[in-house]
Order: sequence, then structure tokens, then C-alpha cells
Amino acid sequence: MNSLLFALTAEAEHGSEITAGGPLQEWAWLILVAPFVASVAIIFRGKTMKHQGAEIAVAMMSFVFGYGLLLWIDTIRNKVVYEHSVAIGNLGDSWVLEWGWVVDGLSSMMYFVVGSVGLLVFIYAVSYMKGEIRYTFFFSSLSLFVGAMLVLVAAPNLAQLIVGWELVGLASYLLISHYWEKKENSSAGMKAFLVNKVADVGLLIGTFMLAVGVGSLRFSDILHGAQEHAEGLLVPIGNSNVAVVGALLLFFGAMGKSAQFPLHIWLPDAMAGPTPVSALMHAATMVTAGIYLMARMFPLYQTIAVDARSIMLWVGVLTLFLTGLIALVQTDLKKVLAYSTVSQLGYMMTAVAAGGYTAGVFHLFTHAFFKALLFLAAGSVIHGVHSNEMTDMGGLRKYMPRTYATFMIGSLALVGIFPLAGFWSKDEILGTLGHGGYTMFLWVAIAGAFVTAFYMTRAVALTFFGKYKGHGHPHESDNMMTVPLMVLAGFSIVAGLTNMPGFLIGDRVVGRYTGFSRWLGTRALAMGDHHPEALEWSLAIYGAIAGVLGIVLGWMIFGKDKETQETRDSFSIPGLYPVLTVKYYFDDVALGIVGFIKGPLANAVDWVNTWVIDRIVNTVGFGTKAFGKIVYDNFDQKGIDLAINATAVGSGAAGGMLRKLQTGKIQQYAGALVAGAVALVIGFSIFN
Amino acid sequence: MPIVPVLILAAFLFSMGIYGLLARRNAVMVLLAVELMLNAVNINLVAFEAMWLDSMASGQIFSIFIITVAAAEVGIGLAIVLMIFRNSHSANLDDFATMKG
Repeated sequence: MNSLLFALTAEAEHGSEITAGGPLQEWAWLILVAPFVASVAIIFRGKTMKHQGAEIAVAMMSFVFGYGLLLWIDTIRNKVVYEHSVAIGNLGDSWVLEWGWVVDGLSSMMYFVVGSVGLLVFIYAVSYMKGEIRYTFFFSSLSLFVGAMLVLVAAPNLAQLIVGWELVGLASYLLISHYWEKKENSSAGMKAFLVNKVADVGLLIGTFMLAVGVGSLRFSDILHGAQEHAEGLLVPIGNSNVAVVGALLLFFGAMGKSAQFPLHIWLPDAMAGPTPVSALMHAATMVTAGIYLMARMFPLYQTIAVDARSIMLWVGVLTLFLTGLIALVQTDLKKVLAYSTVSQLGYMMTAVAAGGYTAGVFHLFTHAFFKALLFLAAGSVIHGVHSNEMTDMGGLRKYMPRTYATFMIGSLALVGIFPLAGFWSKDEILGTLGHGGYTMFLWVAIAGAFVTAFYMTRAVALTFFGKYKGHGHPHESDNMMTVPLMVLAGFSIVAGLTNMPGFLIGDRVVGRYTGFSRWLGTRALAMGDHHPEALEWSLAIYGAIAGVLGIVLGWMIFGKDKETQETRDSFSIPGLYPVLTVKYYFDDVALGIVGFIKGPLANAVDWVNTWVIDRIVNTVGFGTKAFGKIVYDNFDQKGIDLAINATAVGSGAAGGMLRKLQTGKIQQYAGALVAGAVALVIGFSIFN
Repeated sequence: MPIVPVLILAAFLFSMGIYGLLARRNAVMVLLAVELMLNAVNINLVAFEAMWLDSMASGQIFSIFIITVAAAEVGIGLAIVLMIFRNSHSANLDDFATMKG
């Protein structure tokens, strides 16, 4: 296969033509601040406004989108790499805490993705959430979510990244448990938060190790240190060194946010949140954070910590294949899409781990559009049918033509049908795996493409084909919801063309490369990843064949039986499906661990608490109380109170005597005055 | 000029004033007694000034101040007495012991 590769590396073209940026980049902090201002403004002013604060959120997103687009265009055209940090405090003597923003190829692309997907999701949510509980607060949290992601993406150092990272976790918690009146929804939010917290420990320790290793929290310093094999990074830990262990810990953090196996268990449960949240979370603002971190730290994994990549590769490949299989048995439409997201995140992680910086981030880019589209279209279906279950759907093609058409485009893009977005990005990933010589992983990725096609065909067939089985009359959603769908469908069609390679025909390259890799490579350091500039027909064909096979097979099973639909709804493969239904017991293992903590361990702690700590506390408490009573009875009542009462009684008696002098007769006063004067005169006469 | 007879006169006037102040019941009479006492003081001031031959005439100036203040005082005092009389048809000070404690 490698003989057919036609590859130019992006390394060669990186160099001195980078420019430093101008006022546009200097004012880029505005897009970091705007969402937080909007979030607070919505809380305080939203309720009094006509659309209950949604207009503030949409206006803010329009601004972020516009500015992000300008930044991206400027970065592409002028090769801008801008970084600005402001010192905001000290940690100890030698550590400076900095706040700032980066505008380079990677972050400006993320600004654009967050801005564009965010804006469409916000507009969609205005209609989707109409009349729902806590409407104003929802938009405030949504703005916070976007703001947190932008802080994360703009971070020039690991400290700010962690702040954004945690804020993303907080906002996702608020949004997933939006309908917290139902127990399972608040539990889902809690699960997402706690699983992420487990991973965050890795991120935190990894950050400490790398930062101490090079003596700085800045990405630029850490990556320079990595490229120059800084001594602090080579300190051995067991068989390994600080750089590899730190890199793996960062990856562990990314596993949580980007839902890698086995920390993916929170993401499907996160479907408890409203659909716009799922769309935003799966496309732009949350699960991309881990991939973004890997991409930001990519030179580390390319140079000093290259040993970490084999573990990352295994995790990525397991994720993409195993979670893709689980999507086969889900009956909840949103959960199919959720497992699909996890699987696609596995693709991204696999690509980054295999040395494909462009491939991983490019898949992130295209996936953002078609997965946001699929979620919003699923939301539109749920809005029309009032159920998440695919067994309540069927035949919606006739009732919801726009949703159907856009969902189809999204599905085909996800499956990777030429020339939609997913085709190009999946080919890029397969190309990266092929180029790196990871033949086994390459075949797993191709098999994953087949599985993807199979479950998406199932989802489309069960939702849109056959006969409607639900209650009531499904209806198409209003324009406020369908227009974002159509815009996203447009993006899903053309997003792949940003990375369109030339076509290798014979030994000639036809067509011109559009340059996504060069755009992404506009960074302070050379990325040095492999990037094929011409379409790799062999791999593209394998990927496409796998996709088409999946669709055909899926259609053979789920496309027929339109009337009763019993066979297709209950289709099962013995041996495989029961295991998938229980999700390989991973949720149960996690629950078991939690259950142990909740069960015996908690009981033991409870026993110690009741019989030891409470006893001590109670004894101290009762002793203090008894002592207090003695003091009260003897000292307070008999001592202090007596003295105070005596003073009062004495004052009263003195006043009673003195008041007799005040007769109100003015001549008696005058008489006293005269008598006093006479007494003074006599006194002075005698003693002088 | 011998000063003693003048001081005796002033002391006599002052004593009459004190007597009136303490013994009279009619408010107008009490005010008159206060005037007597003030004028006794005035006589003293002028007499001592004459005795010391004070070039700044401070005794006379003091007297003029006292006369002015006394006029104002009588003006206010009579006005108060008038109002009291209108309300209770009495000028007897013993009837107005309303501030008794």
C-alpha cells in the first residue's frame, strides 16, 4: 500500500514567512470576554427582555462568529502567529501566572468552529427551547459554555487551559442536568462531572510535571523544551522519563474530556441534557477539548514523548471500534449519535497518536459540522415526535422532509461518502495510519468505517423509513430550526473541500491542494506531521468500500419489513448484541467501583463517624453544655445580674428623691439661685 | 465723688429686686423686679468707671449693652406673659407649675 502513497510533508513548507499580526489579533480578547459578559447580562437583564435573554446570547454568538471568521481568514492569508500574555499574579517566587490569548492556525480554526456551530445551535435553541423551564438560565449557561471553550482554546499556557477546561466541565454539568427535577438527569450531569474530574487529576499532575520539567507553564516554552530535549524533561521515572509520563497524564486528561475508552461512559448519559446542548457539546465546545489539547501539545508527542504514542494509539483504536459497535444496539436516537461521536473521537485520537496532526484536527473540523447537524436534526425529530426512542418513529421522511434531507446529508458525511466532508477527513486519517505503517490499526479503522455506515443506516431506516408508529401527528419544525440545519448541511458538504488534495491520476497530480494543512501548521513551531497532498486512491477506495458495504448490508436488514417492522426493530446477532447491550459491562464496572465506595467503604466510614467522631464531638458538646449551665446559674444569674439589677434599683431610688426638687415653680428655682449666690459670697468672704 | 452712697443705693435697689423676684406672684411684677436688679448693676458699673476714670468708658458701654438686652428680654417676657394670660386668664406664676417632676 505504501508504494501507492504520494506524500509531501508539511515540514518543508514551514518557515520564515510567519507574520506577527496587527490590531485584529490584539483585540481578539474581546471574543473571550463577550460570552462571560453576555452570560451575566442574561441572568440580570434577560427576564425583562422580549425573548427572555436569548437575543443577548445570539448577538454575542454572532459577534464571536464574525470575529472568529475574520481571525481565521487573516491567519490563513497572512500566516499570522500572535500570542499575548499578561501577568496576573505570582505562584511562589519563580512562577508567574499569566492570562492571554493565542491566535494561530490551530486556535483561529477553533474560534471559527466554536463561533459558527455555536451561532447555529443558539439560533436553533431559541425555537427548540421555547416554553421550556429555566429558558433564560439555559442561555446564560450556554454562553458560559462557549466562553469557557474559548478561554481554553485561546490559552497560551497550561494554567489558563486548565481554567477553561474546568469551566467547560462546570457549564456542561449545568446544561446536562438542565431538567434536574428528574433524578436520572441530575445523575447524568453528576456522572459527566465526576468522570471528567477523575481525568482532570491526570491533566493536573501532567501539567505539574511538564511545567516543573521546563520551568514554565507556557506551551511555547514546554514545546521548545521538548524539541531541544530539555534536561528537566529527561529525569527518569522508572523505565521512562518525565516527558513521557507527563505526556501520558495529559492524555489521560484528554481521555476524560474527549470521552476515550474506558472513560467514555459519561458521554452517552450526557444525552439527558436538551438537544442543543448535545449538539454543541459533541461538535464544538467540549469533547473537542481533549483533541485540541493533544493537537496543541503535538510537538511534544512528536519528539521527546514519542513513546507515549503507542498507548494513545491503542486507546484511540479501541475507542473507535468498540464504541461504534455499541451504537448498533441503541434504541435511543440521540444515544446512537452519542456513541457515534465517541467512535469518531477515537478516530481523531488515533490520527493524532499516529502522528497525523492535520488528520486529527481536520476530522475534528468536519465532524463538528456534520455531528452538530445530526444532533440538531435528531432534536427536530424529537421535537416533532415527542420521544427519543427510534421504535416510536419510522416513516418520518414524509412528515419532515427538510429534517430528513439534512439528516441524510449528515449521515452520508459521517459515513464518508464522496465528496462530503467525512470522506476527506476519514481518508486523511487512513492515509496517516498507512503512511506510519500501522497496518493493523488501519484495518481496524476501515472496519470502524463499516460499522459507522451500518449503524447510521439503521438509524436512518428506523427513523425515516417504514411506517409511523408513534402517537399523535409528527410535524416539521419551524424555520428557526430548519434553517440552521440547512446551513450546517451546506457546511457538511463543503467543509471537506478545505483539505481537498490533488488527484493522483497515473503519475500526475490533477487539481490544486486547498491548504488546510498549511493553515493548521501556522504555528510558532513546525508541526512536522505527515500530510498527503494527493488523494490516496487505494485507502480512499478501501474506506469507501467499507462505507458502501455497511450501507448496503444495513439497508438489506433494516430497509425491508416496512409494515410490521418487528424483525428490524428486534434484529440481533447472537453472542455479540447481548454484550453490546450491556456496553461491555464498563458502566457496571464503574458503578461497581462507585458501589464499593458507596457500600462497604461508606459503611465503615459511617461506623467510624458514628461511634468515634460523633462520640468525641458529643462528649465535648455535652460537657460544654453542662459547664455552661453551671456558669449560667451561679455566675451569670447570681453574680452579674444581681449587680446590674442593684445599679438599676439604686438609680431609680435616687431619681425618685431628686425629682421632688423639681417643683415647676419658677420662684423656688430663683430662690435657690439667690441662696446659692449668697452662700458663695459668704464662703468667699470667710475663706479669702 | 464719694462712691459709697452710690453703692448703697445700688445695693438697695438690688435687694428690692430680689425681694420682688421671690415674693411677688404676678408675672409682670416679677419682670419689673428683674429690671430693678439689672439697673442696680448698671449703677454699679457706671460708678466704678467714674471712680477709676477709665478712658475707654467701658462701664458705660457695658451699661448700654445691658439696657439693650434688658429691653429685648422684657419684650419677649411680656409677650410670653400675654400669651399665657390669653390662654388661662391668669398671670399668677404659681398656676403654671406644669413642669413639675
